[in-house]
Amino acid sequence: MPCVSSDGKPTGTGVNTLTSVKEGLTTPDKIVEATGQPMFRVRSGLRELVNAGFLEEADGEYSLTETGKGVL
Amino acid sequence: MEETHTPKLPLIGEKAPEFEAPTTQGTLRLSDYKGSWLILFSHPADFTPVCTTEFMAFAEIYPELQKRNTELLGLSVDSTSSHIAWVRNVEEKMGVKITFPIIADLNKDVSTLFGMIHPAQSKTETVRTVFIIDPEGILRTILYYPLTTGRNMQEILRIIDALQTTDEYKVATPANWKKGDPVVVPPPQTAEAAEARVKEGYDCKDWYLCFKKL
Repeated sequence: MPCVSSDGKPTGTGVNTLTSVKEGLTTPDKIVEATGQPMFRVRSGLRELVNAGFLEEADGEYSLTETGKGVL
Repeated sequence: MEETHTPKLPLIGEKAPEFEAPTTQGTLRLSDYKGSWLILFSHPADFTPVCTTEFMAFAEIYPELQKRNTELLGLSVDSTSSHIAWVRNVEEKMGVKITFPIIADLNKDVSTLFGMIHPAQSKTETVRTVFIIDPEGILRTILYYPLTTGRNMQEILRIIDALQTTDEYKVATPANWKKGDPVVVPPPQTAEAAEARVKEGYDCKDWYLCFKKL
């Protein structure tokens, strides 16, 4: 499911993903393992959250931006 | 004379071309599926009878596909709103929930990339195609069906089973093979190996046609 709505705010799924990252699930593999979501959905959701400025990615690891922290 | 440009279509054994497309579950890329098998399939149009029966049938086999690490991704030249309305209608009227994403290929980018539009059938609709892509992104099977013929889901499941069996055991699968049936041992490549083959304990009709149970 989309993680960012058309108004640029995180959806419920997006907030759940941001929460997962905050709790240390910083890679797609960890999120898939913990949540049971399909990998394609996790990858696309993380990409949406990066593009919208809620997450940043370095060497395959995701972390919250200040904007992302502000959502939680 | 005017030259026409025909894009090279992807063929079995080649890397499937990367794309990014809007779907009913957000923007997806082919590479999002790396690590799992993918059945990318097109249908002519939303709210049409044969496609509706196919979508219900795809939904029915989806759990079996997922057990085989295989995802479904539909496509037609319709908008996301149309897909959503159709999927809601199928659930409301037919009681079948469609849980896999559907590409809204209004600009025909993905359908052109994969050769899903056959102008002699329709210039605006995709024919019924099935592209089976392996976890490394390699095209392993391509099926084309005309607009009037709905697909056979058991055949699609059978192909997934056959490809995965081939990959795991380095064997081939004979005509009408089903999971659990004997498989074909790859034929020997030398005269010496052919001589030895019939003594190796397989069920051999002759040196080039030997079966074994897995």
